[in-house]
Amino acid sequence: MQQVSELLRIEGATKIFHMKPMLGAAHEVVALNNISLTIRPGKALAVVGESGSGKSTLGRAVARLFQLSSGTIAFKGRDIAGMRSRADKLDYLRSVQMVFQDPFSALNPAHTIRHHLERPLMLHKKLHGAALNSAVEAVCADVELDPSVTLEKYPHELSGGQRQRVNLARALAVGAELIIADEPTSMLDVSIRRSVLDLMRRMKETRSITFLYITHDIATAQFIADDIAIMYAGQVVEWGPPNLVISTPQHPYTKLLLSAVPDPKVKLDGTGAKSFASEAQAVRALARKTSPEVMEVQPGHFVRKFDTV
Amino acid sequence: MTDKPLLDVRGLKVDFLTAKGLFTAVKGVDFSIGRGEVLGLAGESGSGKSTIALALMRLHRPPAIISEGSITLDGEDVLAMTPERLRQWRWSSVSMVFQSAMNSLNPVLTIFEQFRDVIVRHTGVSTAEARARASELLALIGIPQSRLDDYPHQLSGGMRQRVVLAIALALEPKLIIMDEPTTALDVVVQREILQEIVELKRKFGFSILFITHDLALMGQFADRIAIMLEGKLVEVAPSAELIANPQHDYTRRLWSSMPLLTRA
Repeated sequence: MQQVSELLRIEGATKIFHMKPMLGAAHEVVALNNISLTIRPGKALAVVGESGSGKSTLGRAVARLFQLSSGTIAFKGRDIAGMRSRADKLDYLRSVQMVFQDPFSALNPAHTIRHHLERPLMLHKKLHGAALNSAVEAVCADVELDPSVTLEKYPHELSGGQRQRVNLARALAVGAELIIADEPTSMLDVSIRRSVLDLMRRMKETRSITFLYITHDIATAQFIADDIAIMYAGQVVEWGPPNLVISTPQHPYTKLLLSAVPDPKVKLDGTGAKSFASEAQAVRALARKTSPEVMEVQPGHFVRKFDTV
Repeated sequence: MTDKPLLDVRGLKVDFLTAKGLFTAVKGVDFSIGRGEVLGLAGESGSGKSTIALALMRLHRPPAIISEGSITLDGEDVLAMTPERLRQWRWSSVSMVFQSAMNSLNPVLTIFEQFRDVIVRHTGVSTAEARARASELLALIGIPQSRLDDYPHQLSGGMRQRVVLAIALALEPKLIIMDEPTTALDVVVQREILQEIVELKRKFGFSILFITHDLALMGQFADRIAIMLEGKLVEVAPSAELIANPQHDYTRRLWSSMPLLTRA
């Protein structure tokens, strides 16, 4: 790991939102609390957490949608907040693409799929005419859509899975190196989720696309990721290779999360409902505490220090 | 009477009258739910799961019509009920927890006012009695009664979901229809709520029609599972059997399409 430099290095990333609601007192929300993570080129890092844990905020910070309160995000060794020239910014925005949860609202209903794929190629690669046409067909085929059928269609004529493929194609079209995928399959039907995940895995393996995969579903994280980070209340509580984190979880929150993943072979009988609820409450309170110290339990497997229950 | 199923649905067909002609969303399904039983209904969006749920309570709206079949709950023909009987029957015999139930609370009414609407309307008790009943119900699902005068936005998603569940329990119905009740929640909260439902079910003995697309979850929760594809039930079997030995091609495909967590 030392000899290969990371593609993305997040160091001490902290984001505090100052909330000034129309009613009620102003207050602060610490969405990201001192987060340090790295992603190696051609690998996938999965950030797993419940809603409100800050996982999407992290994705948005990497996409440069806002500035951090403190800490840095470096892409290929360069601090992204320090990019001043238009060329640098454009280059970064081209290299880092985002795929959102809702595949329908991410596409313009008034334009064809061809339009969606042509725009990024024209803007970023300055392609025109026949070259543009063949590039559009190529990216369409790359995400396993038939160009002759798909290109002239409008978003509403495609299924959710096909639309998500178009979004991935758009990221490929501009030559993205890092794709931030924020719950890309959670709005899709179960029967097509797998195929979209398979496509992402193939993009990673055959084209060395790096992924920051944001999800609440640890099973899909295990399916696609080379590293996994568990987030709770703005902190990463545990991270490392998926098999280590899942088979030997250290942090109480990781253990709680894993114990709650539905296992079809274990039937719920209602016994222990109260104890599970009170345990969950205790673990949440524990995981919410800010803790600056980190231990390496096994090579590559880190856990944030916690008070024993 | 007791060995008869609580709910019996025979040859149910639901049509939608569209500009392009008749679209049959539910193509003649037969199923039954026993007393205290949890029947899981799985299938992808558009397969007709939610249409069945609405038809069972006769909450389907035009252009949907029930064109054929029968629905019998506790010996009573649901399709023959008069509007007046239907009003009494809904919620007191069958209640429903809707998809994204968190948003099915009225944002401008307090939690108590939402309970009051249901309780007073159906039982005609005084507001004070309704309040007592509401706090009793909240206690059942582990929410302090001090939250009774809060508005929905002051509660977390999981708490709102519990409130919706408590309102569904308010009149002690025989059947509760749950349409994707935990889809919007994270797994820990989902487990907490499902554990609570199982416990309450043991206490009150109601039956559940549980609709979800999460097969793993369904395996944990349901006694029997029915798999739906394009308006038809393609396979109905006890959960353990359906998981261990799926018969239909589509059931197998649904299973293989979900990455399951593998623990070393």
